[in-house]
Amino acid sequence: MKRIKTLETRDLCKSAVKGGCGECQTSCQSACKTSCGVANQQCENSNK
Amino acid sequence: MIHQYKLNGYSIVLDTCSGSVHSVDDVAYDIIAMYKEKSADEIVSDICEKYKDREDVTPEEVRLCLDDIAELERGGKLFSKDIYEGLAFDFKNRSNDIKALCLHVAHTCNLNCEYCFASQGKYHGERAIMSLETAKRAIDFLVEHSGARHNLEVDFFGGEPLMNWDVVKKTVEYARSIEKEKNKNFRFTLTTNGVLVNDEVIDFCNREMHNVVMSLDGRKEVHDRFRVDYMGNGSYDKIVPLFQKFAKARGGKSYYVRGTYTHLNTDFTKDIFKMADLGFTELSMEPVVCAPDDPYALTKEDLPVLFEQYEILAKEMLKRKKEGRPFTFYHYMIDLTNGPCIYKRISGCGSGTEYMAVTPCCVLFPCHQFVGDEKYSMGNIWDGVTNEGVRDMFRSCNAYARPECKDCWAKFYCSGGCAANAYHATGSINGVYEYGCELFKKRMECAIMIKVAEDEEND
Repeated sequence: MKRIKTLETRDLCKSAVKGGCGECQTSCQSACKTSCGVANQQCENSNK
Repeated sequence: MIHQYKLNGYSIVLDTCSGSVHSVDDVAYDIIAMYKEKSADEIVSDICEKYKDREDVTPEEVRLCLDDIAELERGGKLFSKDIYEGLAFDFKNRSNDIKALCLHVAHTCNLNCEYCFASQGKYHGERAIMSLETAKRAIDFLVEHSGARHNLEVDFFGGEPLMNWDVVKKTVEYARSIEKEKNKNFRFTLTTNGVLVNDEVIDFCNREMHNVVMSLDGRKEVHDRFRVDYMGNGSYDKIVPLFQKFAKARGGKSYYVRGTYTHLNTDFTKDIFKMADLGFTELSMEPVVCAPDDPYALTKEDLPVLFEQYEILAKEMLKRKKEGRPFTFYHYMIDLTNGPCIYKRISGCGSGTEYMAVTPCCVLFPCHQFVGDEKYSMGNIWDGVTNEGVRDMFRSCNAYARPECKDCWAKFYCSGGCAANAYHATGSINGVYEYGCELFKKRMECAIMIKVAEDEEND
Protein backbone atom coordinates (compact mmCIF):
# COMPACT_ATOMS: atom_id res chain seq x y z
CA MET A 1 0.00 0.00 0.00
CA LYS A 2 1.40 3.32 -1.04
CA ARG A 3 0.23 5.53 1.80
CA ILE A 4 -0.35 3.04 4.59
CA LYS A 5 2.21 0.83 6.24
CA THR A 6 0.88 -1.75 8.64
CA LEU A 7 3.28 -2.90 11.34
CA GLU A 8 3.40 -6.54 12.26
CA THR A 9 1.27 -7.03 15.36
CA ARG A 10 -0.32 -9.90 17.22
CA ASP A 11 -3.90 -10.38 16.01
CA LEU A 12 -5.99 -9.94 19.15
CA CYS A 13 -9.00 -11.63 17.61
CA LYS A 14 -6.99 -14.77 16.84
CA SER A 15 -5.45 -14.69 20.32
CA ALA A 16 -8.92 -15.38 21.72
CA VAL A 17 -8.70 -18.91 20.29
CA LYS A 18 -5.59 -20.17 22.04
CA GLY A 19 -5.02 -17.45 24.61
CA GLY A 20 -5.74 -17.32 28.30
CA CYS A 21 -3.20 -19.84 29.59
CA GLY A 22 -2.31 -17.47 32.44
CA GLU A 23 1.42 -18.20 32.42
CA CYS A 24 2.35 -14.57 31.78
CA GLN A 25 3.69 -12.30 34.45
CA THR A 26 1.33 -10.55 36.81
CA SER A 27 1.35 -6.99 35.57
CA CYS A 28 2.39 -5.25 38.74
CA GLN A 29 5.20 -7.58 39.72
CA SER A 30 7.94 -6.17 37.59
CA ALA A 31 8.69 -2.53 38.06
CA CYS A 32 5.81 -0.19 38.46
CA LYS A 33 3.83 -1.22 41.55
CA THR A 34 1.66 1.85 41.30
CA SER A 35 0.32 2.47 37.80
CA CYS A 36 0.54 -0.63 35.73
CA GLY A 37 -1.08 -1.54 32.46
CA VAL A 38 -0.99 -4.80 30.60
CA ALA A 39 0.48 -3.70 27.29
CA ASN A 40 4.08 -4.26 28.25
CA GLN A 41 3.67 -7.85 29.38
CA GLN A 42 5.09 -10.64 27.28
CA CYS A 43 3.09 -13.68 26.26
CA GLU A 44 4.43 -16.94 27.69
CA ASN A 45 1.98 -19.28 26.00
CA SER A 46 4.00 -22.12 24.49
CA ASN A 47 1.00 -23.33 22.52
CA LYS A 48 -0.16 -20.28 20.62
CA MET B 1 -12.76 1.84 16.98
CA ILE B 2 -9.64 3.64 15.84
CA HIS B 3 -7.32 6.22 17.33
CA GLN B 4 -5.33 8.68 15.22
CA TYR B 5 -2.49 10.87 16.38
CA LYS B 6 0.59 12.66 15.12
CA LEU B 7 3.81 12.58 17.05
CA ASN B 8 7.45 13.26 16.22
CA GLY B 9 6.64 13.61 12.53
CA TYR B 10 4.74 10.33 12.32
CA SER B 11 1.04 9.93 11.55
CA ILE B 12 -0.25 6.89 13.35
CA VAL B 13 -3.55 5.02 13.26
CA LEU B 14 -4.35 2.41 15.89
CA ASP B 15 -7.13 -0.11 15.48
CA THR B 16 -8.25 -0.82 19.03
CA CYS B 17 -9.92 -4.20 18.72
CA SER B 18 -7.44 -5.95 16.43
CA GLY B 19 -4.38 -4.31 17.98
CA SER B 20 -3.19 -3.21 14.54
CA VAL B 21 -0.80 -0.29 14.16
CA HIS B 22 -0.62 1.67 10.91
CA SER B 23 1.92 4.28 9.95
CA VAL B 24 0.37 6.49 7.29
CA ASP B 25 1.06 9.64 5.30
CA ASP B 26 -0.92 12.86 5.78
CA VAL B 27 -3.29 12.08 2.94
CA ALA B 28 -4.22 8.61 4.20
CA TYR B 29 -4.48 10.06 7.72
CA ASP B 30 -7.14 12.52 6.57
CA ILE B 31 -8.96 9.96 4.44
CA ILE B 32 -9.18 7.52 7.36
CA ALA B 33 -10.56 10.29 9.56
CA MET B 34 -13.38 10.90 7.05
CA TYR B 35 -13.92 7.29 6.03
CA LYS B 36 -16.91 6.51 8.22
CA GLU B 37 -18.44 9.97 8.02
CA LYS B 38 -18.52 10.81 4.34
CA SER B 39 -19.19 9.19 0.97
CA ALA B 40 -16.31 8.24 -1.33
CA ASP B 41 -17.14 11.12 -3.67
CA GLU B 42 -17.16 13.62 -0.83
CA ILE B 43 -13.82 12.33 0.43
CA VAL B 44 -12.25 12.55 -3.03
CA SER B 45 -13.49 16.11 -3.39
CA ASP B 46 -12.42 17.23 0.09
CA ILE B 47 -8.97 15.64 -0.10
CA CYS B 48 -8.23 16.97 -3.59
CA GLU B 49 -9.24 20.44 -2.43
CA LYS B 50 -7.08 20.28 0.69
CA TYR B 51 -4.04 19.00 -1.18
CA LYS B 52 -4.58 20.90 -4.44
CA ASP B 53 -0.95 22.01 -4.47
CA ARG B 54 0.34 18.45 -4.42
CA GLU B 55 0.82 16.64 -7.71
CA ASP B 56 0.62 13.22 -6.13
CA VAL B 57 -2.89 13.78 -4.80
CA THR B 58 -5.29 13.09 -7.65
CA PRO B 59 -8.83 11.66 -7.59
CA GLU B 60 -7.40 8.33 -8.77
CA GLU B 61 -4.84 8.33 -5.97
CA VAL B 62 -7.48 9.08 -3.36
CA ARG B 63 -9.65 6.25 -4.69
CA LEU B 64 -6.70 3.86 -4.53
CA CYS B 65 -6.18 4.82 -0.91
CA LEU B 66 -9.89 4.30 -0.24
CA ASP B 67 -9.53 0.80 -1.73
CA ASP B 68 -6.60 0.09 0.60
CA ILE B 69 -8.62 1.20 3.61
CA ALA B 70 -11.52 -1.02 2.54
CA GLU B 71 -9.11 -3.93 2.22
CA LEU B 72 -7.76 -3.34 5.72
CA GLU B 73 -11.31 -3.15 7.05
CA ARG B 74 -12.21 -6.45 5.36
CA GLY B 75 -9.06 -7.99 6.79
CA GLY B 76 -10.04 -6.97 10.32
CA LYS B 77 -7.19 -4.49 10.71
CA LEU B 78 -9.13 -1.25 10.62
CA PHE B 79 -12.50 -0.36 12.16
CA SER B 80 -12.64 -3.85 13.63
CA LYS B 81 -15.53 -4.65 15.96
CA ASP B 82 -15.35 -5.19 19.70
CA ILE B 83 -16.32 -8.83 20.11
CA TYR B 84 -14.64 -9.56 23.43
CA GLU B 85 -17.01 -8.38 26.13
CA GLY B 86 -18.32 -11.86 26.90
CA LEU B 87 -14.81 -13.20 27.30
CA ALA B 88 -13.97 -10.81 30.12
CA PHE B 89 -16.39 -12.20 32.64
CA ASP B 90 -15.93 -15.78 31.48
CA PHE B 91 -12.16 -15.67 31.88
CA LYS B 92 -12.04 -14.55 35.48
CA ASN B 93 -14.85 -16.92 36.43
CA ARG B 94 -12.96 -19.91 35.14
CA SER B 95 -10.92 -20.53 38.26
CA ASN B 96 -9.69 -19.24 41.59
CA ASP B 97 -6.07 -20.00 40.76
CA ILE B 98 -3.50 -17.71 42.32
CA LYS B 99 -0.17 -17.30 40.58
CA ALA B 100 1.58 -14.40 42.29
CA LEU B 101 2.11 -13.13 45.81
CA CYS B 102 3.60 -9.93 47.08
CA LEU B 103 5.24 -10.93 50.34
CA HIS B 104 5.46 -8.05 52.77
CA VAL B 105 8.40 -9.46 54.65
CA ALA B 106 9.09 -6.21 56.48
CA HIS B 107 6.53 -3.63 57.50
CA THR B 108 9.32 -1.36 58.51
CA CYS B 109 11.90 0.69 56.69
CA ASN B 110 15.29 2.25 57.25
CA LEU B 111 14.32 5.27 55.18
CA ASN B 112 11.64 7.79 56.06
CA CYS B 113 10.31 8.94 52.70
CA GLU B 114 7.41 11.35 53.18
CA TYR B 115 5.80 10.41 49.85
CA CYS B 116 5.73 6.66 50.54
CA PHE B 117 2.29 5.19 49.77
CA ALA B 118 3.08 2.56 52.42
CA SER B 119 3.57 5.23 55.11
CA GLN B 120 7.25 4.48 55.66
CA GLY B 121 6.60 0.77 55.28
CA LYS B 122 4.09 0.51 58.10
CA TYR B 123 0.99 0.61 55.89
CA HIS B 124 -0.79 2.72 58.50
CA GLY B 125 -0.26 -0.02 61.10
CA GLU B 126 2.44 -1.16 63.48
CA ARG B 127 5.98 -2.03 62.48
CA ALA B 128 6.25 -5.76 61.87
CA ILE B 129 8.56 -8.40 60.45
CA MET B 130 7.35 -11.55 58.72
CA SER B 131 8.41 -14.78 60.41
CA LEU B 132 9.96 -17.61 58.43
CA GLU B 133 7.01 -19.81 59.38
CA THR B 134 4.62 -17.29 57.82
CA ALA B 135 6.75 -16.87 54.70
CA LYS B 136 6.99 -20.64 54.18
CA ARG B 137 3.27 -21.01 54.69
CA ALA B 138 2.73 -18.29 52.07
CA ILE B 139 4.78 -20.35 49.61
CA ASP B 140 2.71 -23.44 50.41
CA PHE B 141 -0.49 -21.40 50.10
CA LEU B 142 0.58 -20.22 46.67
CA VAL B 143 1.45 -23.73 45.49
CA GLU B 144 -1.81 -25.14 46.87
CA HIS B 145 -3.90 -22.50 45.12
CA SER B 146 -2.04 -22.28 41.83
CA GLY B 147 -3.81 -25.12 40.03
CA ALA B 148 -2.02 -26.04 36.82
CA ARG B 149 -0.06 -22.79 36.59
CA HIS B 150 3.63 -23.53 36.20
CA ASN B 151 5.21 -20.09 36.59
CA LEU B 152 4.66 -18.63 40.05
CA GLU B 153 5.84 -15.18 41.10
CA VAL B 154 6.85 -14.01 44.52
CA ASP B 155 7.88 -10.44 45.18
CA PHE B 156 9.77 -9.64 48.37
CA PHE B 157 8.40 -6.27 49.26
CA GLY B 158 8.08 -3.95 52.21
CA GLY B 159 8.87 -1.59 53.73
CA GLU B 160 12.40 -2.62 53.11
CA PRO B 161 12.75 -6.38 52.57
CA LEU B 162 16.49 -6.38 53.26
CA MET B 163 15.61 -5.62 56.89
CA ASN B 164 14.38 -9.21 56.99
CA TRP B 165 17.05 -10.65 54.71
CA ASP B 166 17.50 -13.95 56.49
CA VAL B 167 13.82 -14.78 56.01
CA VAL B 168 14.05 -13.78 52.34
CA LYS B 169 16.94 -16.21 51.78
CA LYS B 170 15.36 -19.06 53.69
CA THR B 171 12.04 -18.56 51.93
CA VAL B 172 13.77 -18.80 48.56
CA GLU B 173 15.61 -21.94 49.69
CA TYR B 174 12.34 -23.47 50.85
CA ALA B 175 10.55 -22.67 47.60
CA ARG B 176 13.43 -24.09 45.56
CA SER B 177 13.33 -27.26 47.65
CA ILE B 178 9.73 -28.00 46.67
CA GLU B 179 9.36 -26.53 43.19
CA LYS B 180 10.50 -29.59 41.25
CA GLU B 181 8.28 -31.98 43.14
CA LYS B 182 5.34 -29.60 42.79
CA ASN B 183 6.10 -28.95 39.09
CA LYS B 184 6.36 -25.20 39.61
CA ASN B 185 8.84 -22.56 38.56
CA PHE B 186 9.30 -19.76 41.08
CA ARG B 187 10.30 -16.34 39.88
CA PHE B 188 11.41 -14.07 42.67
CA THR B 189 11.65 -10.31 42.67
CA LEU B 190 13.24 -8.12 45.31
CA THR B 191 12.37 -4.45 45.64
CA THR B 192 14.91 -2.48 47.67
CA ASN B 193 15.91 1.03 48.67
CA GLY B 194 19.55 -0.06 48.50
CA VAL B 195 20.69 0.93 51.97
CA LEU B 196 21.54 -2.63 53.04
CA VAL B 197 22.84 -3.91 49.71
CA ASN B 198 26.18 -5.66 50.05
CA ASP B 199 28.19 -8.30 48.15
CA GLU B 200 26.32 -11.16 49.75
CA VAL B 201 22.94 -9.67 48.79
CA ILE B 202 24.17 -9.09 45.25
CA ASP B 203 25.49 -12.66 44.89
CA PHE B 204 22.36 -14.24 46.30
CA CYS B 205 20.04 -12.11 44.18
CA ASN B 206 22.00 -12.84 41.04
CA ARG B 207 21.56 -16.54 41.68
CA GLU B 208 17.96 -16.50 42.79
CA MET B 209 16.08 -13.34 41.87
CA HIS B 210 14.44 -13.23 38.47
CA ASN B 211 14.21 -9.46 38.84
CA VAL B 212 15.49 -6.78 41.18
CA VAL B 213 13.86 -3.37 41.55
CA MET B 214 16.13 -0.64 42.89
CA SER B 215 14.54 2.58 44.10
CA LEU B 216 16.30 5.71 42.88
CA ASP B 217 14.61 9.01 42.02
CA GLY B 218 17.23 10.40 39.65
CA ARG B 219 19.18 13.57 40.38
CA LYS B 220 20.77 13.78 43.82
CA GLU B 221 18.75 16.82 44.89
CA VAL B 222 15.53 15.15 43.75
CA HIS B 223 16.32 11.80 45.35
CA ASP B 224 17.46 13.30 48.63
CA ARG B 225 14.40 15.53 48.91
CA PHE B 226 12.32 12.54 49.98
CA ARG B 227 14.53 9.49 50.30
CA VAL B 228 16.12 10.28 53.66
CA ASP B 229 16.93 8.32 56.79
CA TYR B 230 15.36 9.03 60.18
CA MET B 231 18.02 11.67 60.85
CA GLY B 232 17.01 13.43 57.66
CA ASN B 233 20.17 12.48 55.75
CA GLY B 234 19.78 11.81 52.04
CA SER B 235 20.54 8.28 50.84
CA TYR B 236 21.79 9.09 47.32
CA ASP B 237 25.52 9.01 47.98
CA LYS B 238 25.26 5.73 49.82
CA ILE B 239 23.04 3.80 47.45
CA VAL B 240 24.14 4.91 43.99
CA PRO B 241 27.51 3.10 44.05
CA LEU B 242 25.81 0.03 45.51
CA PHE B 243 23.14 0.04 42.81
CA GLN B 244 25.79 0.55 40.12
CA LYS B 245 27.64 -2.49 41.37
CA PHE B 246 24.39 -4.44 41.68
CA ALA B 247 23.18 -3.58 38.17
CA LYS B 248 26.56 -4.41 36.63
CA ALA B 249 26.64 -7.73 38.42
CA ARG B 250 23.21 -8.67 37.12
CA GLY B 251 24.80 -9.48 33.78
CA GLY B 252 21.90 -10.21 31.47
CA LYS B 253 19.42 -10.75 34.28
CA SER B 254 16.45 -8.50 34.72
CA TYR B 255 16.54 -5.41 36.90
CA TYR B 256 14.90 -2.01 37.02
CA VAL B 257 16.02 1.22 38.52
CA ARG B 258 12.72 2.71 39.52
CA GLY B 259 11.94 6.25 40.54
CA THR B 260 8.95 8.29 41.63
CA TYR B 261 8.28 11.76 40.32
CA THR B 262 6.11 14.36 42.02
CA HIS B 263 4.82 17.88 41.49
CA LEU B 264 8.23 19.06 42.65
CA ASN B 265 10.08 17.48 39.70
CA THR B 266 7.76 17.59 36.74
CA ASP B 267 10.92 17.83 34.64
CA PHE B 268 11.42 14.16 35.48
CA THR B 269 13.12 13.28 32.20
CA LYS B 270 16.20 14.93 33.66
CA ASP B 271 16.04 12.31 36.40
CA ILE B 272 15.66 9.48 33.91
CA PHE B 273 18.59 10.78 31.88
CA LYS B 274 20.59 11.05 35.07
CA MET B 275 19.88 7.38 35.78
CA ALA B 276 20.99 6.50 32.26
CA ASP B 277 24.12 8.63 32.64
CA LEU B 278 24.92 6.73 35.84
CA GLY B 279 25.09 3.60 33.69
CA PHE B 280 21.67 2.11 34.37
CA THR B 281 19.86 0.85 31.29
CA GLU B 282 16.58 -0.62 32.59
CA LEU B 283 14.55 2.28 33.92
CA SER B 284 11.15 3.02 35.33
CA MET B 285 9.70 6.27 36.63
CA GLU B 286 6.27 6.45 38.21
CA PRO B 287 3.94 9.30 39.10
CA VAL B 288 3.57 9.69 42.87
CA VAL B 289 0.56 8.09 44.57
CA CYS B 290 -0.63 10.38 47.38
CA ALA B 291 -3.52 12.45 48.69
CA PRO B 292 -4.53 15.34 46.39
CA ASP B 293 -3.81 17.92 49.09
CA ASP B 294 -0.23 16.77 49.66
CA PRO B 295 2.16 19.57 48.63
CA TYR B 296 3.93 17.26 46.19
CA ALA B 297 0.74 15.88 44.57
CA LEU B 298 0.60 16.23 40.81
CA THR B 299 -1.83 18.92 39.68
CA LYS B 300 -4.03 19.48 36.67
CA GLU B 301 -1.68 22.25 35.58
CA ASP B 302 1.18 19.75 35.56
CA LEU B 303 -0.46 17.56 32.91
CA PRO B 304 0.67 19.41 29.76
CA VAL B 305 4.17 19.59 31.22
CA LEU B 306 4.16 15.85 31.87
CA PHE B 307 2.87 15.12 28.36
CA GLU B 308 5.77 17.09 26.94
CA GLN B 309 8.17 15.21 29.20
CA TYR B 310 6.98 11.85 27.93
CA GLU B 311 7.52 13.07 24.36
CA ILE B 312 11.00 14.34 25.20
CA LEU B 313 11.77 10.95 26.72
CA ALA B 314 10.62 9.02 23.67
CA LYS B 315 12.65 11.20 21.29
CA GLU B 316 15.74 10.99 23.46
CA MET B 317 15.45 7.21 23.62
CA LEU B 318 15.39 7.02 19.84
CA LYS B 319 18.37 9.36 19.66
CA ARG B 320 20.43 7.44 22.20
CA LYS B 321 19.63 4.16 20.52
CA LYS B 322 21.03 5.52 17.27
CA GLU B 323 24.10 6.69 19.15
CA GLY B 324 24.65 3.19 20.50
CA ARG B 325 23.79 3.98 24.12
CA PRO B 326 20.20 2.79 24.43
CA PHE B 327 18.14 2.40 27.56
CA THR B 328 14.70 0.97 28.14
CA PHE B 329 11.81 2.63 29.91
CA TYR B 330 9.34 0.28 31.54
CA HIS B 331 6.21 1.97 30.23
CA TYR B 332 7.56 2.15 26.71
CA MET B 333 8.31 -1.55 26.56
CA ILE B 334 5.64 -2.81 24.25
CA ASP B 335 5.89 -6.02 22.32
CA LEU B 336 3.67 -5.72 19.28
CA THR B 337 4.17 -9.26 18.00
CA ASN B 338 4.47 -11.23 21.25
CA GLY B 339 2.43 -9.12 23.63
CA PRO B 340 -0.44 -10.30 25.79
CA CYS B 341 -3.43 -12.16 24.41
CA ILE B 342 -6.87 -10.62 24.52
CA TYR B 343 -7.75 -12.42 27.76
CA LYS B 344 -4.91 -10.73 29.57
CA ARG B 345 -5.75 -7.42 27.96
CA ILE B 346 -9.33 -7.45 29.18
CA SER B 347 -8.86 -9.08 32.56
CA GLY B 348 -6.24 -6.69 33.91
CA CYS B 349 -3.48 -6.98 36.44
CA GLY B 350 -5.03 -9.83 38.39
CA SER B 351 -5.17 -8.08 41.76
CA GLY B 352 -7.54 -9.78 44.18
CA THR B 353 -7.87 -12.83 41.97
CA GLU B 354 -4.59 -14.29 40.72
CA TYR B 355 -2.39 -11.82 42.59
CA MET B 356 -2.51 -11.01 46.31
CA ALA B 357 -0.39 -9.40 48.99
CA VAL B 358 0.48 -11.12 52.27
CA THR B 359 1.20 -9.09 55.41
CA PRO B 360 3.59 -10.10 58.22
CA CYS B 361 0.45 -11.09 60.16
CA CYS B 362 -0.56 -13.56 57.41
CA VAL B 363 -3.47 -11.46 56.11
CA LEU B 364 -4.31 -11.49 52.42
CA PHE B 365 -5.11 -8.27 50.57
CA PRO B 366 -5.99 -7.81 46.87
CA CYS B 367 -2.63 -6.14 46.24
CA HIS B 368 0.13 -4.25 48.04
CA GLN B 369 -1.70 -0.96 47.58
CA PHE B 370 -4.71 -2.17 49.60
CA VAL B 371 -2.68 -3.48 52.52
CA GLY B 372 -3.81 -1.91 55.79
CA ASP B 373 -7.31 -1.10 54.52
CA GLU B 374 -9.37 -3.57 56.55
CA LYS B 375 -12.36 -3.31 54.21
CA TYR B 376 -10.24 -5.16 51.70
CA SER B 377 -8.91 -7.89 53.97
CA MET B 378 -9.59 -11.12 52.05
CA GLY B 379 -8.65 -13.81 54.55
CA ASN B 380 -5.31 -15.28 55.52
CA ILE B 381 -2.74 -17.76 54.28
CA TRP B 382 -3.84 -20.43 56.78
CA ASP B 383 -7.59 -20.38 56.11
CA GLY B 384 -7.44 -19.10 52.54
CA VAL B 385 -9.75 -16.53 50.99
CA THR B 386 -12.74 -16.19 53.29
CA ASN B 387 -14.05 -12.83 52.13
CA GLU B 388 -15.49 -13.93 48.81
CA GLY B 389 -17.20 -10.57 48.43
CA VAL B 390 -13.87 -8.85 47.88
CA ARG B 391 -12.70 -11.52 45.46
CA ASP B 392 -15.95 -11.20 43.48
CA MET B 393 -15.55 -7.43 43.42
CA PHE B 394 -12.09 -7.77 41.89
CA ARG B 395 -13.21 -10.56 39.58
CA SER B 396 -15.66 -8.17 37.98
CA CYS B 397 -12.97 -5.52 37.57
CA ASN B 398 -11.91 -5.58 33.91
CA ALA B 399 -11.76 -3.57 30.71
CA TYR B 400 -15.55 -3.59 30.46
CA ALA B 401 -16.34 -2.77 34.08
CA ARG B 402 -16.40 1.00 33.60
CA PRO B 403 -18.75 2.76 31.18
CA GLU B 404 -16.08 5.44 30.71
CA CYS B 405 -13.76 2.87 29.14
CA LYS B 406 -16.27 1.66 26.57
CA ASP B 407 -15.20 4.10 23.87
CA CYS B 408 -11.60 4.52 24.97
CA TRP B 409 -9.01 3.48 22.41
CA ALA B 410 -6.52 2.48 25.11
CA LYS B 411 -8.70 -0.04 26.94
CA PHE B 412 -6.80 -3.08 25.68
CA TYR B 413 -3.49 -1.53 26.68
CA CYS B 414 -4.52 -0.69 30.24
CA SER B 415 -7.38 -3.13 30.81
CA GLY B 416 -9.36 -0.49 32.65
CA GLY B 417 -6.46 0.71 34.76
CA CYS B 418 -5.17 0.14 38.26
CA ALA B 419 -7.91 -0.73 40.78
CA ALA B 420 -5.98 0.89 43.62
CA ASN B 421 -5.55 4.13 41.70
CA ALA B 422 -9.28 4.12 40.93
CA TYR B 423 -10.16 3.43 44.55
CA HIS B 424 -7.95 6.18 45.90
CA ALA B 425 -9.22 8.70 43.37
CA THR B 426 -12.94 7.88 43.42
CA GLY B 427 -13.65 5.62 46.40
CA SER B 428 -14.48 2.68 44.12
CA ILE B 429 -12.28 0.14 42.39
CA ASN B 430 -14.63 0.47 39.45
CA GLY B 431 -14.15 4.20 39.31
CA VAL B 432 -11.88 5.97 36.84
CA TYR B 433 -8.72 7.78 37.84
CA GLU B 434 -8.83 10.22 34.95
CA TYR B 435 -5.46 11.78 35.65
CA GLY B 436 -3.84 8.36 35.46
CA CYS B 437 -5.74 7.64 32.24
CA GLU B 438 -4.35 10.76 30.63
CA LEU B 439 -0.80 9.85 31.55
CA PHE B 440 -1.27 6.26 30.48
CA LYS B 441 -2.64 7.22 27.06
CA LYS B 442 0.24 9.59 26.49
CA ARG B 443 2.73 6.89 27.41
CA MET B 444 1.10 4.44 25.01
CA GLU B 445 1.17 6.98 22.18
CA CYS B 446 4.86 7.51 22.82
CA ALA B 447 5.62 3.80 23.12
CA ILE B 448 3.92 3.02 19.82
CA MET B 449 5.56 5.99 18.11
CA ILE B 450 8.92 4.52 19.07
CA LYS B 451 7.91 1.23 17.42
CA VAL B 452 6.81 3.07 14.28
CA ALA B 453 10.07 5.03 14.18
CA GLU B 454 12.16 1.90 14.64
CA ASP B 455 10.19 0.12 11.95
CA GLU B 456 10.83 3.03 9.60
CA GLU B 457 14.56 2.92 10.31
CA ASN B 458 14.71 -0.81 9.68
CA ASP B 459 13.31 -0.35 6.17
